[in-house]
Amino acid sequence: MTDQTPASAPNQRTIDAVNTSLKRRRAKERRFRRLGAAAVALGLLFVALLFTDIIAKGHTAFQQTYIKLPVALERAQIDPEGSGSAEVIARANYLGIIRAALREHFPEVTARRDKRALYQMVSVGAPQLLRDRVLADPALIGTTAEVWLLADDDIDMVVKGYIDRDLPESERRVKDRTLGWIERLEAEGRIAKRFNTIFFTNGTSREPELAGIAGALAGSFYTLALTLLLSFPIGVGAAIYLEEFAPKNRWTDVIEVNINNLAAVPSIVFGLLGLAVFIGIFGVPRSTPLVAALVLTLMTLPTIIISSRAALKSVPPSIREAALGVGASPLQTQFHHVLPLALPGMLTGAIIGMAQALGETAPLLMIGMIAFIVDVPAGFTDPATVLPVQIFLWADSPERGFVERTSAAIMVLLAFLILMNLAAVLLRRRFERRW
Amino acid sequence: MRSGELARSQESRETVGDYSVPDARMRCRDVEVWYGDKRAIHGVSLDLGRNEVLSMIGPSGCGKSTFLRCLNRMNDTIDGCRVSGSIQLDGEEIYDRALDPVPLRARVGMVFQKPNPFPKSIYENVAYGPRIHGLTNNKTELDALVETSLRKAGLWDEVKDRLDAPGTGLSGGQQQRLCIARTIAVSPEVILMDEPCSALDPIATAIIEELIDELRANYSIAIVTHSMQQAARVSQRTAYFHLGDLIEVGETNQIFTNPQHRLTEDYITGRFG
Repeated sequence: MTDQTPASAPNQRTIDAVNTSLKRRRAKERRFRRLGAAAVALGLLFVALLFTDIIAKGHTAFQQTYIKLPVALERAQIDPEGSGSAEVIARANYLGIIRAALREHFPEVTARRDKRALYQMVSVGAPQLLRDRVLADPALIGTTAEVWLLADDDIDMVVKGYIDRDLPESERRVKDRTLGWIERLEAEGRIAKRFNTIFFTNGTSREPELAGIAGALAGSFYTLALTLLLSFPIGVGAAIYLEEFAPKNRWTDVIEVNINNLAAVPSIVFGLLGLAVFIGIFGVPRSTPLVAALVLTLMTLPTIIISSRAALKSVPPSIREAALGVGASPLQTQFHHVLPLALPGMLTGAIIGMAQALGETAPLLMIGMIAFIVDVPAGFTDPATVLPVQIFLWADSPERGFVERTSAAIMVLLAFLILMNLAAVLLRRRFERRW
Repeated sequence: MRSGELARSQESRETVGDYSVPDARMRCRDVEVWYGDKRAIHGVSLDLGRNEVLSMIGPSGCGKSTFLRCLNRMNDTIDGCRVSGSIQLDGEEIYDRALDPVPLRARVGMVFQKPNPFPKSIYENVAYGPRIHGLTNNKTELDALVETSLRKAGLWDEVKDRLDAPGTGLSGGQQQRLCIARTIAVSPEVILMDEPCSALDPIATAIIEELIDELRANYSIAIVTHSMQQAARVSQRTAYFHLGDLIEVGETNQIFTNPQHRLTEDYITGRFG
């Protein structure tokens, strides 16, 4: 303090040095921010690409082509005795009725081969749909009703423009004469695209126009529900024990390392394990949501345990001390105070795990979820498939009609994922408490 | 090493003054605490009398908080912590294998350095202890107990209209009084306070100190503090800890006006610490 000059000179030098380095530091900061923004933009771009591609390909699957024909529902053919019993009505020959309606509408078609082509314009599922229609409304019997008949997938593809009408006939799946009939029906206003309810109510099928995701959705629902039911309590329990009660020694270290490793094990390994243990040793029925849930539980447990432990660690120790200090037992401390505070984090982890499980395909292939199952499962032990496996199966099918259905199924899967993540955010908001 | 420190380091670590009191509430003999291989407390013997405030002072790391946390076995939660020697509450050995620390902590309550109310309502904060111990039979009794506890903690008038508000929304001093109310709601015999005012402003500190003086009528209180003024103001007896040793214990007046040991004198006169 006694002499000022030497003290202020270094001071000035310091400020100059700071100023020169400041420029560099600011530039670095700007660069980092720009890089970050670019990374986010790139990510968003790819997401946008993915979505536009899938939506562009898949949105047409939500509509389905129908052909409107006057169908003569003669009493003599459907219910000759006029009993009105559902059993009799169900047994009638609707295929014949539809074919008759087609012949009626196209009287010029007489050759056998032409007739066969004509009959193929209508889906093989159309007779059953007609039967259901008549069963639901028996008053139709004895009348000639204008009925929307489900068109075959080839017709659907032509109407949606996926089969190019200008190609030479030899390169086209739909022949000229069929094309002529389609154009005539279109001119008469007898072809229309209507909302595709079948896609949401049916199980899968060999025929694209009859294939739906109801089976896969139900399978995914049962599988995920059971997975959550099994993995959340086990995972949270394990996390609480390891974090709060287990002694910290070599054993718990080994366990911790193993849990972290398990989180990174390829999922197909869990599928093989499930095949060997659950199906091979315990005889759990294959292809069922039950065995799928067991395998996915194994797979999601590490994720849930790790995130739950992180959530428990983030609860301030002062809360534990406060509870212990008034004489709460360790278990009361956990369940009354620590767990409620850690729950949002745990739920987030669980939902991330569930989202992973929802999208998982490989291990399920190992335990028979790849089977072709038409029926919509009604329980945990019914044979089932799940959404990602259904997507895999459809993507593998040669029919053009399955391409749009694959994309549509992906859209449904993505919608589910978005819903789950939204639920995660909402739950976290709901349970989050400040301290 | 300065000559003063050298001198200090060679001085006797035998406790100066009479650590025992007649009819003690808590009686500690030759207490040693180990964290792994490190010995944090070296054979401390100290009594806590009935209806008295005992303050423990000393430089940071001297083991006063560790010793305090032995008295309700809060050290059990720390891995690798071992306690030997004898600590008795009303003649009962609290480190006995058969003794459950859970009811012990209901008898020996604790107030922590940082106010740590539960992230629940003010009412729930106070009602939690009585509820888990089943101290009341019905809602009316519980309501009354909550009110008495809050009154004893001098908080009732400030919060009676907003018992459902979150306890964490109170000011620091109010939070600490809420923690005191929570502690006395389970009617402990002893209250341990670990630097209860270190996070509070002088006005809140004064209120808490006044409160401690009132609580003395019903409870035995052991308080760890960094403030010698506070120790002088609130306590009847003072214990001076140094590097894990109990150096000197005696009447607060005597410790602050006429310390016997040089270490105590140096600390009190501000020569180190």
